[in-house]
Amino acid sequence: MKRNPILRIVAKFLIPLIILFALYVQFHGDFGPGGGFQAGVIFSAALILYALVFGLDAAEKIIPPHILRILASAGVVLYASVGVVSLFLGANYLDYSVLGSTQIKGQHLGILLVELGVGMTVTAVMLIIFFAFAGRGRP
Amino acid sequence: MGNHISLLLVVIPLIAAPIVAVLPRGRLPWLATLIITFICAVLASSQLWMVLNDGVISYELGGWAPPWGIEYRIDAVNALVALIVAAIAAITLPYALLSAEKEIPQQQIPLFYSAFLLCLTGLLGITQTGDLFNVFVFLEISSLSSYALISLGRNRQALTSAYQYLIMGTIGATFFLIGVGLIYSQTGTLNMQDLAKLLPELAHLKTVHTGFAFIMIGIALKLAMYPLHLWLPNAYTYAPSVVTVFLAATATKVAIYIMLRVLFTIFPNDFLLATPTYDIFILSGMAAIIIASIYAIYQSNIKKLLAYSSVAQIGYIALGIGFASSKGITAALVHLFNHALMKAALFMAVGAIIYRIGSCNMKNINGLGKQMPWTFGAIVIAGLSLIGIPGTAGFISKWYLVTAALEQQAWISVAVILFGSLLAVIYIGKLIEALYFKPVTDSNQSVQEAPLLLLVPLWVLVCANIYFGLDTSLTVGVAEKAADVLGVINTSSISGVMNK
Repeated sequence: MKRNPILRIVAKFLIPLIILFALYVQFHGDFGPGGGFQAGVIFSAALILYALVFGLDAAEKIIPPHILRILASAGVVLYASVGVVSLFLGANYLDYSVLGSTQIKGQHLGILLVELGVGMTVTAVMLIIFFAFAGRGRP
Repeated sequence: MGNHISLLLVVIPLIAAPIVAVLPRGRLPWLATLIITFICAVLASSQLWMVLNDGVISYELGGWAPPWGIEYRIDAVNALVALIVAAIAAITLPYALLSAEKEIPQQQIPLFYSAFLLCLTGLLGITQTGDLFNVFVFLEISSLSSYALISLGRNRQALTSAYQYLIMGTIGATFFLIGVGLIYSQTGTLNMQDLAKLLPELAHLKTVHTGFAFIMIGIALKLAMYPLHLWLPNAYTYAPSVVTVFLAATATKVAIYIMLRVLFTIFPNDFLLATPTYDIFILSGMAAIIIASIYAIYQSNIKKLLAYSSVAQIGYIALGIGFASSKGITAALVHLFNHALMKAALFMAVGAIIYRIGSCNMKNINGLGKQMPWTFGAIVIAGLSLIGIPGTAGFISKWYLVTAALEQQAWISVAVILFGSLLAVIYIGKLIEALYFKPVTDSNQSVQEAPLLLLVPLWVLVCANIYFGLDTSLTVGVAEKAADVLGVINTSSISGVMNK
């Protein structure tokens, strides 16, 4: 597929837009439909499209598998540690209200961070699954 | 701090799991996991102590008050089960180091410990939570990680048995979820205490009956209640030894805990008495004891033999639940605890044999008892406990079970329990005969005793088997308290067919 100019150009044009839309879904998730899970899937779709058009090796150069593994773990840790921070601030686990100066600001910041964690893990895990299947039979 | 213990028990392994996954290869992941499991065991025992002294702990997640928010609600029942899970994990981990190095590819070791911690998170989460949907979430966490753990086994059969368990487990989880959904559609709540308040008025509805049936089948699949046990023998046989030890001692026990919760906390007594639930438990329990024990006798793979014996032992617990009396539930809970001890010890001993000879087939273990005296001794004592010889933990649970049966004059059940013990004598006897009385094969001449790191956790469990056979204040004491919490019904109101 590497020689197909139409695919390559359309992909190059589309991938930034897909990533932008993923970031919109990620950070607008607390006002409209969306959130970390959906954003993560869209974000990884951009990278999977890149891998399909430009090849697996090129995709692994952009985002190496060991980074993915760290990203997947970091997302879960980020989610869980937001809860731990509210524990240290004297509230119950995952009580976002104490994170900001007012209750609304706190809830907002909390859900944003938690969704960011979800987004990171979902992106990474989607890509790990894709690379695991696509990489079968490679030397 | 006090109340936070109930939450930390779940969150500590949850945070540790992804961190362990990215640690470098070598022994560091093991060490981290070891420390985490010990912390969990200490927390679980202090939680039990707090519950026994100060009563029920209630924790509101995210500061949202129940019944809208998720509530962790700890009483004597879940505190006991959480302690079993955490303690078995802590005892398994020292054993895991060598056994896992031998049986699991080196590059998978950090992921193995990560999956182990996730499984622990899920199992502890199920015991802690007071929210029915949250139970489903944790059930999936523990199940998904245990599929991964089982598939790490050395044989390729491990993959098919993990897949078989995946299919059965997913059906179970889906049924449970459908049931929860149906109940939710009628009550509008997922909180267990709230459900217990609302359900008596709605008990006549068909939807509630259907939801109840779905939940029962779902959990029965998870706890391998006969005849829904088909995934269990293969999963236990082909999983790595450490995984078998941990899952055999904890996973089904936690499923039994959910069963007890659903039956006795959530659904009203009149509702249960109007359905054939208890009779089904008694029938299934009796069938499990006899049929699974006979299957166990004919196995040539030791792990499979013990796995079928596990199905039979779950039958005893089902029988205890089926009596639906305070004594029956006490017996079920005591056996839940004791069976965790004896099966963990037996699977550990088999793991030690696998560590030395790389096989657990009856043919290959001939005469090993003389070469591995400590391992053999452990098998004998844990085996006696499984049979129910006085002086071991197994005797206590059988004693309470028989007393519960006699109280209801369920003579058939008494006969089945005693017959089941006889069958256990046969299959444990077969094991001991092969290990001790058959001549040593040539290939096994140079086999030595298992390393100390495997023997110490094994003997800790063996000693626990003897200790809890002599001092029952912890097991029976807590189990009786737990049976009180579950508010089990007056026995005279039971009018099951099988009890007459």
